[in-house]
Amino acid sequence: MSQRPKIALIGNPNAGKSSLFNSLTGLRQKTGNFPGVTMDKLTGVWEIEPGKEVDILDLPGIYSIYPKSIDEELVINILGNPTHEDYPDMAIVVADASNLKRNLLLFSQVRDLGIPTVLALNMIDVAESEGYVINSIKLARELNVEVAEINAKKGIGVNGLRLAVSKTLANRYASNDGLPLPVDEQLLAGIELKFGEADPYRSLLWLMEHDRLKMFSPDQRKTFDAIQDEFQFKSEEYKTSETVKRYEALSEVVERCVINLNRQWDAPPVKTWTDRLDSLFLHSVGGYLFFFLLLFVMFQAVFTWAVYPMDAIDGGVAYLNDWLKAVLPASALTGLLTDGLVAGIGGVLIFVPQIAFLFFFIAMLEETGYMSRVMFIMDKLMRRFGLNGKSVVPLISGVACAVPAIMSTRSIGSWKDRLITIMVTPLMSCSARLPIYTILISLVVPEKSILFGLFNLQGLALFGMYLLGFLMAIISAWVMKQILQVKERSYFIMELPTYKAPRFKHMAISILNSVKAFVFEAGKIIVAISIVLWVLASYGPGDSMSEVDARLRKANPMLSASELSNRIAAEKLEQSYAGHFGHFIEPAIKPLGYDWKIGIALITSFAAREVFVGTMSTIYSLGGDVDDENATIKNRMRAEINPDTGKPLYDAALGFSLLIFYAFAMQCMSTLATTYRETKSWKYPAIQFFYMTALAYLAAFITYQVLA
Amino acid sequence: MNTRKTLADLKIGERGEIIGFTDALLSLKLLEMGCLPGSDVEMTHLAPFGDPIAIKVSGYTLTMRKDEAATIQINPLKN
Repeated sequence: MSQRPKIALIGNPNAGKSSLFNSLTGLRQKTGNFPGVTMDKLTGVWEIEPGKEVDILDLPGIYSIYPKSIDEELVINILGNPTHEDYPDMAIVVADASNLKRNLLLFSQVRDLGIPTVLALNMIDVAESEGYVINSIKLARELNVEVAEINAKKGIGVNGLRLAVSKTLANRYASNDGLPLPVDEQLLAGIELKFGEADPYRSLLWLMEHDRLKMFSPDQRKTFDAIQDEFQFKSEEYKTSETVKRYEALSEVVERCVINLNRQWDAPPVKTWTDRLDSLFLHSVGGYLFFFLLLFVMFQAVFTWAVYPMDAIDGGVAYLNDWLKAVLPASALTGLLTDGLVAGIGGVLIFVPQIAFLFFFIAMLEETGYMSRVMFIMDKLMRRFGLNGKSVVPLISGVACAVPAIMSTRSIGSWKDRLITIMVTPLMSCSARLPIYTILISLVVPEKSILFGLFNLQGLALFGMYLLGFLMAIISAWVMKQILQVKERSYFIMELPTYKAPRFKHMAISILNSVKAFVFEAGKIIVAISIVLWVLASYGPGDSMSEVDARLRKANPMLSASELSNRIAAEKLEQSYAGHFGHFIEPAIKPLGYDWKIGIALITSFAAREVFVGTMSTIYSLGGDVDDENATIKNRMRAEINPDTGKPLYDAALGFSLLIFYAFAMQCMSTLATTYRETKSWKYPAIQFFYMTALAYLAAFITYQVLA
Repeated sequence: MNTRKTLADLKIGERGEIIGFTDALLSLKLLEMGCLPGSDVEMTHLAPFGDPIAIKVSGYTLTMRKDEAATIQINPLKN
């Protein structure tokens, strides 16, 4: 535990909290979030004076301290619990000055909890351009707190904020107005008796939100229920009256401290950029068209632009492998290094460009404010399928990774909508499927431009795979909606933020973090499995492996040396442990068109699908028919021959069958673990695993049988 | 009163003044988001298929579903 003072950043969504956090802490942030998903608290360090540092805690944006969804619960769990490890020494409430009244509502609640608070007025320039002049000195006096004027985006006003924070930290003065609305003294006494002395407003928060506060045990919750019954205390009524009362008081404050120049002018409202853009993006036809076009461009870009760095990496890895083989003495260890490790790592690295592009696009959607427009235009459609406009965020983030995507469902207020979204999100094609798609599409779809060179056929096929995942997700959602007959209210009251230019530095940090997470997290698994696989593929039961050499030499005395060694390698693979596993499951996967080699890949990618390509490259470089020159994974797979037909193994039927299988199959332990964590039950990950695997098998079976 | 107009009755570009709420649970959320009695609202956008809607209130653009908008009672205002 650090002894540094802790400061919590609190504010409405879009008030500029994250910008302030970034300009205060710079790169000194401890947690990196995936783009599009800021579900958790972020911490960073701010050097407030030379030699004096404070911890800054950035909390999810909220409108009031009363949570409406799970992501908002975090804030009261910290602010309502002084024994929490993150309980702050003070708070900075970031307020959008152009809409002071609503932002002050949250401020007044936080202050009344007994937390020393500084008010940071952001977006004063916006307020002034709209004709509002704020007297912040008067406001500070009226509210009895330090007020700092800042411009979070440009990083202006940080010195004033430093001063206000230092002063507040020094005297720890929490201006406390007591309860906004009086309650029965006996009620407060009752809570104090059972739960110890506390600030009255905090006691009341405990009473009203005890089910959402993790600090209380089931027994304590029952005690709260009993107190509520005894005093006939109606939480929702109290909250509503409290909010009205606070607004009344704040209206007077705002009246005294803000001059509205528009009153004198009475000028007609100006059309802002946001209004103009919204008339396109929210248009009933144009809005959909634009969204579809955007997704399309995104996938074309991921496929076509990323090809150049990918080819470079692929070629580089193959070159390195050949070079290592040439300079190192031929031994089992060299084999492990080249065919096991380097091939495995190459399988991860090659997809970094595509994943970076994907994260870049998702970060753009979120940063600019366009994502909420998508929720708006999709809500009605999603509702028909048992989802919710807010499900769009998890579904789109699911294209990057299902783990943060499932976490982002916490903003969905309704449990049923949230559960269905969690269940179907893994059907969206995540970045780990991208490598598999890329390889298989390049094998079975010709590289051709169509429509006057506008579209690339392979890019189109890739887009089709993503579309397929999405369609299957909403169809599954619809089925679950029919099964889960729960009547529960869901609502869609949401703010549409103004459009903002993306903060490229901010985006660069989050893309870097995500790529790092992919390479290291996925990389660890892939490397480990590659090594295990190499061992399993290089050794076999008994002396079956050593036999192969002599037997084949004797049987084929006429073969050239290189052809013979290829035969030996292939035969050895078949006799190895991995070969035995592959043969063992071959009967089950034969109807899908897969041979035992693919069977090995299916087994290894059981826990993590990203292992597929690495496995393939290990298998084919061990049992390779290709000369070492230009021995990329793709070329090795292309050269694979179907022993029954004598034609290339990877024909359209097998290629599409495999594509479909990987699109639908649940092959990700991390996702199942996340589903368990978010639903707090083993039932849902189990259902998820079985329905997706069954779906994959069935769909791949149909595909193969139809195309073959 | 059945004749009371609600926010859901407004057409694009029309304005009204919020006078009250008919749903106790929703009203808290609406209040917190800045839909205050006495403030002006303007219907600005309809999503495809006419639902949800987007409104402008106290300087913000909020979205809500039609049935949610029907819980907000208004007095229509002339433009």
